[in-house]
Amino acid sequence: MALMVMAMKSLRNTRKSLHKMGRAVAAASLTLSAGMAMAAGTLPDRWQLNMHPGVTETARNAYHIHMLMLWICVVIGIIVFGAMAYAMFKFRKSKGAVAAQFSHNTVAELIWTIIPIVILIVCAWPATKILVHTADTSNPELTIKVTGYQWKWRYEYVDYQGKATGINFMSKLDGDSDRTRQLKSGLDPHAVKVGEEQTYLLNVDKPLVLPTNAKVRFVITADDVIHAWWVPALGWKVDAIPGIINDAWTLIEQPGTYRGQCAELCGQDHGFMPIVVEAKPKAEFEQWLAGQQAANAAQNAPAAAQAPVAAPQG
Amino acid sequence: MATHAADAHHDDHDHKPQGFWDRWVFTTNHKDIGTLYLVFAFIMFCIGGAMSGVIRAELAQPGLQFVQPYFFNQMTTVHALVMIFGGVMPAFVGLANWMVPLMIGAPDMALPRMNNWSFWIMPFAFTVLLLTLFLPGGAPAGGWTLYPPLSLQGGSSVAFAIFAIHMMGISSIMGAINIIATILNMRAPGMDLLRMPLFVWTWLITAFLLIAVMPVLAGAVTMLLTDKFFGTSFFNAAGGGDPVMFQHIFWFFGHPEVYIMILPAFGIVSEIIPTFSRKPLFGYQAMVYATASIAFLSFIVWAHHMFTVGMPLGGELFFMYATMMIAVPTGVKVFNWVSTMWKGSMTFETPMLWAIAFVILFTIGGFSGLMLAMVPADFQYHDTYFVVAHFHYVLVTGALFSIIAAVYFWWPKWTGKMYSEKWGKFHFWWSTFFVNVLFFPQHFLGLAGMPRRIPDYNVAFADWNLVSSIGAFGMLASPIIMFAVLWHSKKHGAPATTQVWEGAHGLEWTVPSPAPHHTFTEPPVIRASMLAHGDVTH
Ligand code: HEM
Ligand SMILES: [Cu+2]
Ligand SMILES: [Cu+2]
Repeated sequence: MALMVMAMKSLRNTRKSLHKMGRAVAAASLTLSAGMAMAAGTLPDRWQLNMHPGVTETARNAYHIHMLMLWICVVIGIIVFGAMAYAMFKFRKSKGAVAAQFSHNTVAELIWTIIPIVILIVCAWPATKILVHTADTSNPELTIKVTGYQWKWRYEYVDYQGKATGINFMSKLDGDSDRTRQLKSGLDPHAVKVGEEQTYLLNVDKPLVLPTNAKVRFVITADDVIHAWWVPALGWKVDAIPGIINDAWTLIEQPGTYRGQCAELCGQDHGFMPIVVEAKPKAEFEQWLAGQQAANAAQNAPAAAQAPVAAPQG
Repeated sequence: MATHAADAHHDDHDHKPQGFWDRWVFTTNHKDIGTLYLVFAFIMFCIGGAMSGVIRAELAQPGLQFVQPYFFNQMTTVHALVMIFGGVMPAFVGLANWMVPLMIGAPDMALPRMNNWSFWIMPFAFTVLLLTLFLPGGAPAGGWTLYPPLSLQGGSSVAFAIFAIHMMGISSIMGAINIIATILNMRAPGMDLLRMPLFVWTWLITAFLLIAVMPVLAGAVTMLLTDKFFGTSFFNAAGGGDPVMFQHIFWFFGHPEVYIMILPAFGIVSEIIPTFSRKPLFGYQAMVYATASIAFLSFIVWAHHMFTVGMPLGGELFFMYATMMIAVPTGVKVFNWVSTMWKGSMTFETPMLWAIAFVILFTIGGFSGLMLAMVPADFQYHDTYFVVAHFHYVLVTGALFSIIAAVYFWWPKWTGKMYSEKWGKFHFWWSTFFVNVLFFPQHFLGLAGMPRRIPDYNVAFADWNLVSSIGAFGMLASPIIMFAVLWHSKKHGAPATTQVWEGAHGLEWTVPSPAPHHTFTEPPVIRASMLAHGDVTH
């Protein structure tokens, strides 16, 4: 019954009740993580039990659908396993139980066919709304082209606010992690740190820098085999497939460093091609962008001057 | 040969062929072939289990301690292929061989020589597959799903693996044809379709699934083969092909395949629970229809494995809705099992314990499956340890637990010996404890962001991984315990009665224990009281 009430509520006002449930859950759940409160948490927590709500609307939506489904499953589980447990204790031969011989009950069978259908419709509704919203990649401020390679990522800043930027670089596992991860390296993964954070296998030589509070569109592809670009705090992963261009978007709400990994088996170093997103307030981002462009120009300028000698490629 | 001379003595009242070759290699007897399948599956479970031991050893701590990442990938790939095609599927075929003729009152399978061939292909197929581990480039390492372009990067192992898959496919298709022919043509008079035991029903439906999808897999891997060796570009974008098309074709096989691995389990549990509840199965017809509708739905949900490949919105929605619908007939099954127990008179012998654990733990796997169906959340879950936890709950505590339940349930009929309840229960509690230690924490790892198919991870994932590995090492003892229990039973077990279990109904419980080499050479006369599901009128 409680389930039905919950369900009706979420039908009436999907988002609101989802949020409410999310909060109730946050309070009630066994999560040991402090990461929930400080959503900008950049690394997974030790002994983490649950998904984090992330730093985008998409990630929060994923989290709410996750919690909605989790609680529905918990409630159904309690009912079903409770009934089973009761039956196992009550209807034992050793307690003198005599078996009834019924093998039908049309009413009961109808009920447990129809109620699940209703529950499923109630779940499908918010999921559909969210999905339609997530699929809309129109009107971005910044477009990034992501290309997966064995075993690194290329990021191209295709255009920002309608202007081509010319920025384009590779991003791969950082040196510390790379040395430590060699078979029998004798190095301690716990000792791989950035500041206080233990970033083993979740750090790169050059992160993807993005502005906060701006819609960023990704076009994603691959050069060799299939990879998948995934930063949990952003709330989605999309396959990077050679010959195909997929798209997705994000709008990061808080500055921070968000870490993820390739999520599609792509060969021997699949476990060693992390992703780091550094989200900066717009002004800082623009500064960074200008800096990169200036560095590019500086690199190209001498090249232009001595063009006949050598032309280093960007 | 000499064995023919021995045959002439007729001193064995069973008319068993004497001598190893005649008895086991040239056999056309459904019971002996069933035994061969089960022994083969047990060996494969041990080999696949050893590989998972390598994987979990490497994953016990952060950093690489034992194996190179490429070898790690070979282990996950071959582990899965061995467990699925060498363990679960042959075990179910073995159970079908043993039990279907006994349950429908047939003297043997309809096509006994083909039956022999179906089995004897398997050891060769797996020899080929396992020998790739010793090739210069090693075994296939692109995951059991064989997605191109990655799967085509391996050396010649691709060709061997595909050859092995073709052989397994031929074996499965022949096995399926045999089961369908047997069930449709060889039922004893009075064994109407809607009186058949559920194990027979679920296998009938499974056999149709096999015939429908094994050729699809064969087609997919053949295209891989020609892409790799004959210059085609079915899946090669540079040549105008489409790597995503492979995934569509693969999962059009793959999703029905997962039901091939669970429908017979439903059948087994639907035999065991009524037996130890001493009460007829609740909703027999609903169970049959639920099985059929699950089988139908299994053909229209394949792309739920591919929500992140960049399908159009309409496609994502369709596959999400279709997948959610499977929860309804699956729910019906679970509710019916619980209702069968309700107001029964239950005892908890070893097979019943495994069956109850199946219902609970398979349902947990079903719950995470329902969560995975929700596309917005799947964008997070996909290809993480959450998925690894999900499919091991349905495959290990689902399919494998049902197989173990079936072995304990029918063992006394096969061998004429009871096993030790005490040690059977010990085996159960040991396995159930460790399997949960092994797989439950993997949900947490996935939700915290650990991708699957990686040999090493950030230190934040270390704690749960260690717990999981401890569970895995406990679980590795499970086949050893089982072997010991059954060995002891074979040597020292008390003799079994004909009915074996107090609440057992069905034709298989009317023949002596051990079941003689030939049974039902004359069709039995069937009375409703002999059947587990004789009464379907109201
Ligand atoms: C004690 C028993 C088992 C253990 C400890 C175990 C452990 C594992 C581990 C550690 C992985 C690798 C996960 C990854 O790296 O992504 C894996 C993958 C897998 N296992 Fe098992 N497993 C067991 C039994 C089974 C059984 C019985 C089946 C099937 C019937 C099975 C089917 C699979 C499949 C399909 C994969 C996916 C392989 C891939 O990613 O290509 N496992 N298992
Ligand atoms: Cu990868
Ligand atoms: Cu599926």
